[in-house]
Order: sequence, then structure tokens, then C-alpha cells
Amino acid sequence: MFENLTNRFEGILRNIRGKGRLGADEVEEVLREIRVALLDADVHLGVVRTLQDRIRERALGEELSGVLNPGQQVVRIVLEELTGILGGATMPITFASKPPTVVLLAGLQGSGKTTASAKLALWFKAKGRNPLLVGADLARPAAVEQLRTLAERIDVPVFSQPGDPVSVAAAGLVEARRLGRDVLICDTAGRLAIDDHLMAEVARIAGVLEPHYTFFVLDAMTGQDAVNVAGAFHQRLELDAVVLTKLDGDARGGAALSVSQVVGRPIAFASTGEALEDLEPFHPGRLASRILGMGDIETLIEKAEEAFEAEQAEAAAARMLEGTFTLDDFLEQLRQIRSMGPVGDVMQMVPGMGQQVRDVEAELDEHRINRIEGIIHSMTPDERTDPDVIDGSRRARIAAGSGTQVSEVSRLVRQFREMRTVMKQMGGSGSKGRGRGPKRGRKGKRQGGGGRTTPRGPVKVPKEGLALPGLGGDDRVGGLDPGVFGRGPPRSQG
Amino acid sequence: MSLRTRLGSAREALGTRLADVRGRDEVDAATWDKLEEALILADVGVATSTALLARVRERAGADGVSDGADVVDLLKAEIIGRLDGVDRSLSERSSPSVWLFVGVNGVGKTTTIGRLGHLRVSAGRSVVFAAGDTYRAAAVDQLVLWAGRAGATVVRGAEGADPSSVVFDAIEHAAAQGADLVLADTAGRVHTRRNLMDELAKVRRVAEKGAGSVTETLLVLDATTGQNGLVQARQFTEAADVTGLVLTKLDGSARGGIVLAVEGELGIPVKFVGVGEGLDDLVPFDPGDFVEALFEMGE
Repeated sequence: MFENLTNRFEGILRNIRGKGRLGADEVEEVLREIRVALLDADVHLGVVRTLQDRIRERALGEELSGVLNPGQQVVRIVLEELTGILGGATMPITFASKPPTVVLLAGLQGSGKTTASAKLALWFKAKGRNPLLVGADLARPAAVEQLRTLAERIDVPVFSQPGDPVSVAAAGLVEARRLGRDVLICDTAGRLAIDDHLMAEVARIAGVLEPHYTFFVLDAMTGQDAVNVAGAFHQRLELDAVVLTKLDGDARGGAALSVSQVVGRPIAFASTGEALEDLEPFHPGRLASRILGMGDIETLIEKAEEAFEAEQAEAAAARMLEGTFTLDDFLEQLRQIRSMGPVGDVMQMVPGMGQQVRDVEAELDEHRINRIEGIIHSMTPDERTDPDVIDGSRRARIAAGSGTQVSEVSRLVRQFREMRTVMKQMGGSGSKGRGRGPKRGRKGKRQGGGGRTTPRGPVKVPKEGLALPGLGGDDRVGGLDPGVFGRGPPRSQG
Repeated sequence: MSLRTRLGSAREALGTRLADVRGRDEVDAATWDKLEEALILADVGVATSTALLARVRERAGADGVSDGADVVDLLKAEIIGRLDGVDRSLSERSSPSVWLFVGVNGVGKTTTIGRLGHLRVSAGRSVVFAAGDTYRAAAVDQLVLWAGRAGATVVRGAEGADPSSVVFDAIEHAAAQGADLVLADTAGRVHTRRNLMDELAKVRRVAEKGAGSVTETLLVLDATTGQNGLVQARQFTEAADVTGLVLTKLDGSARGGIVLAVEGELGIPVKFVGVGEGLDDLVPFDPGDFVEALFEMGE
């Protein structure tokens, strides 16, 4: 189900993937596509408009994460908005302290009330309850017969009698109490929302039953009219939830979303097949996910994140080799290393590590990385890009800003400069190294909000082994073996 | 009561939008937006709405139309133009002719058979109902009740019997009795169920093997159906070679605009519309009435 909408969003994704930024024009373009997709899915025009506004606001206001491409980011926003409409969790069904728990079903002709009644009865039965079905659909020929036949299959008693539906409901309630049935499910005739007479009748049925749950039965294939109908029923009956039927087709179910939004009630159950067992509590997240094809999108987003990490590392590496590696790059790589867990553990996994590891390990602790971070954050963008501009007065300012000593600032700058020189030479000499390493820990990539100032972006991918600058605690070590912080250290944790 | 009157009460929202357009003495972007919204709210769908409006725009430009009311008239004319000149009759050739009724669950197949049977009996035909819905509980009982009202006879099989054989028997029975027409009910099925669609294709094939021949396969479509209606029409056509549509429940607030897409894209004509709950509430589809009812109210 919902495959078409899924395809649609994937199409949109393809179209805007690869664009570096999402400007106002692009947001509008995407919104137009989203509009068509949602309308094709039978989401109501008014609901589409509300969604568009919210998505626009968020898409324009939200900082681009850099992790997802803008298109994916928009899809994520759309998904969140859809889920928001549907509410959070599965609707809990509780039981009346004074039985029976009364459930009333209402809706248009052919929406599937009778079948849904029997399915609900089976669901309650499976919960250990003893339901009674009340057949108050006296309008459709053989509707009560249909209910009796279905009830027989699941061994649930049916109460009905000729006459008028309101008396049947009232008598049904008496019967449920007499028989000690703890759940009463009342099937009613399908009726048009604009039929005042019949709408008043179902309101009277509700009046005598005082249902704990009034369910609006909605065909998943319904179009734009769904909200009018649900609204009219809600006005008369104060609906508690929606039972969504015929969800086993390929209808995209936008009507359910619309009804949920307009009436402000959740979808309690969904019918997903012809068998009487095919009724399940509805998972709101699932409909939103299905509308957007979340399964696929999750994978896509995951891949994007991985690609981003690789890209980011490659970009930094390329800058490194060009000698344009900045202190921001440096900081980011430090963070990534940190995100992988204790530095010692990571380094133990790097083959060929000698004495240096133990030397560095002593210095490269959380504390030190925090100090380095503080120092770099206290620098201006210019200083991060080109540390050569850092003179005595700037050093003093940076030290004061980061709560460190001027000597620490000097040392970091000197080490960084030396390291960059080494890197540049390496790049120039085309030294061979390790190839692509396994992917980096996932957490590292989201950082950078703390003040990255130098641009990042796709840079040609060098195939040579890459390295981080040295982090030796003293002047003795100008830089570590380029292999130590190669861009592909093994992953120590997910 | 005319279709227009019957459809009246449900048309306010749509009508209001068009009244807005009519009231303006200039035609601008807002005009086209409102027209598009009106069409979409009627379930015409984005693609068909866009195509319709593009054509209307063209004509408005060519004719130098600058008045809102004239644009609405152009739109009506465009839709009617697309619906006009189509053969919407129900074909009866051989004796007995077989009309097969197909569709998803709950669209009103059985009810439609009852009413159409009543129409044909009133026209002097002898009609047999084939109770081919052997799945839905009490569907046969429902059909028997309708047969009583319509004055038709029913041929039924055992519950759970093969629908093909029930339909075949009904045709043989009708031939033996010299009946003119067999209206064959089938179980509602969601068009994505491969096995059920195969079953339907088999019913269609088997119905040709006996004394009669299938002259109509009617897809019954609920007017509340949204964009999925187009998919349904496509799938049922593939399985059972649909020759026409019956649009039911047009007396509610739903507008049934999806049939414009179905006719436009698949060339399947709407033949009858259901406009109420009574025995007589099934009427031949009239494009002019349909479009007027779609657009007139609330203005």
C-alpha cells in the first residue's frame, strides 16, 4: 500500500538530491511536488495547505544539518509533520469499570461497518472478553443476516430484532447485561452525512447506548469528501477514533490522515485483509512511514549519512594534502576520534602501532581534546583558516577566551603548522598508504554546530593514506606517523 | 427529482469557490487557483484538473475572455465537451445477454443489480440474477430480497461455491427459460489481490462458454472514491475487460469527479449513476446534468 506516494517522494528526492543548498525557490518547488503527491494520495486540500505552510516554515527556518542533503531533510520534516497529525502512540483501549464496554460503529454505506464489527468482536474475544454484537442495521437488506453469519464463525452471540434501530440498541444493552457480556459492539446502518433524519437516528442510538467508544468507519479509498463526512458524524456523535478499512488495497490512505487532522481523533484500528483476523490496532507512525515509504527513506538517510562522513573526511583530507587543512578540520577529526570511544582502544586496533601509541595515549585524553576545542573555538574564522596571522596579542586573547595558557595556544598553533607542512609534502610526494577504511562512528558527523567557520564541501577524493595532525604533548613530536589517525580507523562502536 | 436537485445540498463548498470566481470581473492567478481547488475538492485529481484548466486557459486567451463567469462557463463547456458524444447505452445482443458487475467491497454492486434489474423488468425484459458473490456473508440473501422487489429470478449456488459455476448455471438456466438478460453479481474484491482478480477473469471467461454472451462488464464505483478509483478501473479492466462504469452514492456529499479521469484516461464511459436509496434511484448518466450539478449549487 502507498507505493505510489513512496515512489513520488523518491522521485522528488532524486530531483533535488545533489543540490548544495535549499533556497526559497527550491523550497517552493519541493512544496509543489509535495502538494501533488499528497493530493494524489487523497489528503484533503485544506490539510495539504496546512502541511505546506508548516513544512515551508520549518524548511526555511531550519539550519541545514549538512548530514542529510536538503531534499532528505525536507522529507524528514514532512514525515514528522505527518506523524504529528496522526498523533503519537497506538490508541489504548480500556474497559469500563462497570461493564459492558460499549462500542458504537457508524459511517457511510459500504465503508465496512458490519465486517469491522465482527472483526472487533474477534479482537475483543482474543483479549479474553465476551462481546455481544448488536445488529442495528435494519435498513440494508440482509445486513443482520451478514452479521449473524460472521458472528457464527467467531462464536459470538448476536442480538437484533425487527423494529426500529434505537430500540434494538436499547434492548441490546439490556441483553448484554442479562447475559453478562462485558463488551457490546453495535453495528449501525450506513448513512449519508447529509441525511438529517438518519443522522439524528444514529445520535439517538448513541444517546441510549452512551458508548465508551464511538468509531467512525472509514474506507481507505475515500477521496476529498472524507473530511466533510467525518466532520458531520463528529458533530453528531463526538467520535473517539477512526477504524480504517480496506487498507489491503493500494489506496494511499490520505483520507485517514485528513480525518485525523480535521476531527482531531486518532485511528484506532486498521483492517488489512478479508479474513476476520485482519484487524489490528493502528500504529500512527506506520501510516506516516508508509505514506513516505519510510523504510526506504531510512535506508537512504543512513546511506547519506555514511556518504557524508566519507565526504567530509575526504574533503578534509584533500585540504590537508593541499596544505589548506584548517583548524576546523583538525577539530572535527578530533571529535570523530573521540566519538569512537576511548582513544587507546581505537589505537590498539590500528595495525603497526608502536611506542608512539602509548606516548600519545597519555596525552590524548578527553581533557586535552576539550582544551584544544576551547582554544580553536576562541579563534576567529580567519585565524582558524590561517593560523599564521596569530600574533602575540591574538594569542593572549585566545588564551583568555579559552581559559588556557598562552603557551598552550602557541604549542597548538606550532604543531598544527608543522603538521600541515608535513601533510602538504606527503600530498606532493604522492605517498602510498592505506586505502579506504571502514566507515567511521556515526556520531561524529553531527557535530560542528559549535562553531565551524570554514566551508566544507565535496572535494576530490584522494586515494592516498591520510592522517590527522600530531597531538604529541611535547615539542619532541612534530606529528604522528601519518597512519595513526588514518581516515579509516576501525569502528570500535556503532 | 432531478439529479441536480438531489445533488444540491452537498455542493456548497464547491459552489462557493465558483461563486467567488463568477463574481470577479477580472481573470487572474487567483481565478485559476480557485478553479483548480474546486476541481480537486470534487476528486477530479491534479492531473485531469491541470489538463482541463490548461485547455480552458487556452480558449479563454483565444476568445479574449476576461470575465470570471465566462471562464466558469468555458470550464463547464470543456468538461461537457469531453463527456459528450459517448455511447452510454447498455448493450443487449444475444439471448441471453450477460451483464457482469465488478468492483471493490462495499461500492454497491448488489444494490445496483437490484435497481438495474427493476429497470429492465419494467422495460418488459425477463431478467435472471446470478448470485455470484459466494463470499460475503448473506450477500445472496440480499440479492434475493432485491430480486423480489425487482421481479427477477435468482440462481444461486452453495455458500463458498465457485462463482464461475454459479454464473454459468444462471446463464444456462436463463437460456432454458428463454430469459433475455442475466445480471451477474460478483464478490467485492480489492484489486490488488492477484488471486481474486484471477478468479474474476475466470468468471468472465466461463460466462462466455455457455448459451449466452457477456455484453457488458460494469465496474461499480463509489462516488466517495478518491484517486484510487483510476487504479481500480485500470486493474478491473485488465482482469475483466470493463465496458462501463456505474457511479453509486452520488446523493451524498461526494462529487465523483474521479470518473472524469477514468473516462479521460481509460475511455471507459459512465453509464448509470446511483442517486438515492430507493428502487428507482438509478438513472442513466447525463453529462450535462452531471456537470451542472457539479458546478451550479451555492452560486
